[in-house]
Amino acid sequence: MAEVAVRSLRPSLARFGVLAASVLLLGFLALPFIGLLLRVSAGEVLARLARPVVIDALRLSFITSVAATAVVVVLGIPVAWLLATREFPGKRVVEVLVDLPVVLPPTVAGFALLMAFGRAGLGGRALAALGISLPFTTLGVVVAQVFMAVPFMVGPARASFASLDRKLLDAAATLRAREAFTFFHVALPLALPGLLAGVAMSGARALGEFGATITFAGNLPGTTQTMPLAVYVALQSDLDAAVALSVLLLVMAFGLLLGLRSAPAGSFWGRGDARAQGH
Amino acid sequence: MNRVHRRTLVLVASLALLLGTVPAHGEADAAKPLEVYAAASLADAFTELGRLFEQRQPGIRVRFNFAGSQQLATQIEQGAAADVFASADERWMDYAKERGLVVGEPTMFVHNRLVVIVPRTNPARIGRLQDLAKGGIKLVLAADAVPVGRYSRTVIRNLSHTEGFPADYAPRTLKNVVSEEENVKSVVSKVQLGEADAGFVYRSDISPVIRRYVRVLEVPASANVVAAYPIARVKDAPAPEAAKAFLDLVLSAEGQQVLERHGLMPLAANGP
Repeated sequence: MAEVAVRSLRPSLARFGVLAASVLLLGFLALPFIGLLLRVSAGEVLARLARPVVIDALRLSFITSVAATAVVVVLGIPVAWLLATREFPGKRVVEVLVDLPVVLPPTVAGFALLMAFGRAGLGGRALAALGISLPFTTLGVVVAQVFMAVPFMVGPARASFASLDRKLLDAAATLRAREAFTFFHVALPLALPGLLAGVAMSGARALGEFGATITFAGNLPGTTQTMPLAVYVALQSDLDAAVALSVLLLVMAFGLLLGLRSAPAGSFWGRGDARAQGH
Repeated sequence: MNRVHRRTLVLVASLALLLGTVPAHGEADAAKPLEVYAAASLADAFTELGRLFEQRQPGIRVRFNFAGSQQLATQIEQGAAADVFASADERWMDYAKERGLVVGEPTMFVHNRLVVIVPRTNPARIGRLQDLAKGGIKLVLAADAVPVGRYSRTVIRNLSHTEGFPADYAPRTLKNVVSEEENVKSVVSKVQLGEADAGFVYRSDISPVIRRYVRVLEVPASANVVAAYPIARVKDAPAPEAAKAFLDLVLSAEGQQVLERHGLMPLAANGP
């Protein structure tokens, strides 16, 4: 669609439009980051890094977001497969349900999680019988992150599965491969680019999660205070520390996304992206 | 098809969010609304004062920003278009004053006291303040940067020097802290929802609605703090006249009565 429009315009004008939009948008995206980076020196960031509160927050952020991403991968990919390959009654509802955390304000999500898994919540009482309590625990942080990160895994994974060549899957079926075999040996490797996109996005979402975490799991250094919460608390009392922490978080997120983007077989991302975006 | 639907949904939702953040303006020629930045603990009392103010000053609308005082001070420092700043402690008013963010000398306008609340269901069976030092209690405080958070820690320290309390009361009680919330209302809601076993809040937070969900344990006056609330006009306020009128209302006998109705202590009642 965009291509048609571009072709029908005079090339120079179209090129100018694309350039202007790109400069505007990229400048808009980059400026806040540059502003942050200009406010502190690298030495200052490193000095803050050595503080116990920051080390605790870093460690906690790392552990919880890795755990959350693992859960999202293990549970999200089968659901993505289901949505990509099956029609069933109520599918629309399932789709909306999976997308809902994107739209929901995270604080509302955190509150809803309390209603479900809090001490007085629907599932919370059952958990309590098992001796598990989620609010105010590190496990609660993971739960909040999983809740918010799910759509970022299922979306790209589903698009990736849906764009697979049906013929390949059918060929596997005619060779009497079971669905599980086809899934693990044909679909999964072929869909890998989209899946990795999902891993990166959901991991980044888990790392940056704030609202649901502070509402559901609370805020205690060493237990539930992840980096975003530490930044928020610092923002209210020590602006310089907050800036240093933000820079740190920014560098981490940038590194994570860049690393996954340029990791294996250079070209995969372009394809995965195109698929994940759909048409 | 349904991808398109989904996109539309996301688009509509993001638009709604965007619109939600744009302040809703009345008629273009209406007077500038008065922007009052007030400590979260003043939310109920100031909302009523705001209605009173609008009756008295037809044509001026009052808009409130209730949050932790530390947050408001930072927002004003970053150039928020506030007219009035009411802080829950002197620390953050001093912070604003030192940076030249307020006009003139801040005025103390009301006092507050701390209480301990426990859920009605009282899962941890807390009957008196000594019980807060028992092992395994889930105690919620506000963060140290929040006025009520610092007051809470002072009270806990005071209690450990009070007769009938063990000398290690403070460290044992502080060990029970499971969360440091960003403002007092978050502490209230954690207890109200029954997630926390106990929390330190202001007496003024115990509205009739909240009272249905919580039980209140009084802190003895000897160990309690007197939280003094300063109020001031913000420098370069967009609506300086209205700001002045609002301050007058807050300090008037009528304004003080409203504050008192919401569990705050008027200045006169608390004189030395």
